[in-house]
Amino acid sequence: MELDNIEKLLEKYFEAATTVAEEKELQTYFSQESVATHLEQYKPMFNYFSNAKEERYTKQVPLKPRKNYYKWISIAAVAVLTFGIYFGNEYQEKKQAEYAYQETKKAFELLATNFGKGTEKVAYLQEFETAKQKIYNNN
Amino acid sequence: MKQAEFLNVVMPFKDKLYRLAKRLLVSREEAEDATQEILLKLWSKNEAIEEYKNVEAFAMTMTKNFCLDRLKSKQANNLKLVHSNYSDESTSLQRQLEAEDSVKWMERIMDELPEQQKMVLQLRDVEQYEFEEICELLDMKPTAVRVALSRARKVVRQELIKKHSYGIG
Repeated sequence: MELDNIEKLLEKYFEAATTVAEEKELQTYFSQESVATHLEQYKPMFNYFSNAKEERYTKQVPLKPRKNYYKWISIAAVAVLTFGIYFGNEYQEKKQAEYAYQETKKAFELLATNFGKGTEKVAYLQEFETAKQKIYNNN
Repeated sequence: MKQAEFLNVVMPFKDKLYRLAKRLLVSREEAEDATQEILLKLWSKNEAIEEYKNVEAFAMTMTKNFCLDRLKSKQANNLKLVHSNYSDESTSLQRQLEAEDSVKWMERIMDELPEQQKMVLQLRDVEQYEFEEICELLDMKPTAVRVALSRARKVVRQELIKKHSYGIG
């Protein structure tokens, strides 16, 4: 590469009038081992820039699929809700049936005790009968 | 957008985000944290990402704003960055060490530039963005970009000449 050309480019470079392509040209020139002695002072600058481009971001990015997470939670919640309603209904029905059974049982018990009372009273009638028999027999 | 797709979009420029963050924040850890933060922010917006024409430019702008905010809050907290990793300039430098030394020297010069010039130099001379892209990223007028770039390059040159004339013996 002609030294003249490089010098011109350098001049333009410091006026910020070079294109990206021209700047690349400068970088390749200064990446050489031997550089004209009066231009040696610029070498660190261009070498630094090309080295700086080599730096890499090496850390792993912890990307959590946050959105899917919410989606699955909502699906689970809906499932739990439907199951709850379904089994809850069944349970409710069972409870109601049991309640009805208890109520009828109570009613029957009431009936039974009252019948018991009836028969007790009827027992007195027996007494009346025996008394009547006695009277008949005596006559 | 699925995770794999997202990574495909982000992969090509994640290093650029990191390098810009590092240029502004200097410390490697802070730059890594900032990059991670930006990538997570992008990921949380991943629905909207497809609407942006230029995801890279968008991400670079986000990084720039994030880092500048960081620097601002740091100044408010009186927590200035301390650079302790500069080697002393010993008078008897060996020729082999020169290259390594000049990198450190360059780093020091770069760190002392004002933020805007740092960014312009980083975007142009390291990442080789076109002027229009830099204007868009930094929200600056083309002439302002050129002026800042020219000024930054001249400052670097001046410092290098200083170093060259009495630094290396």
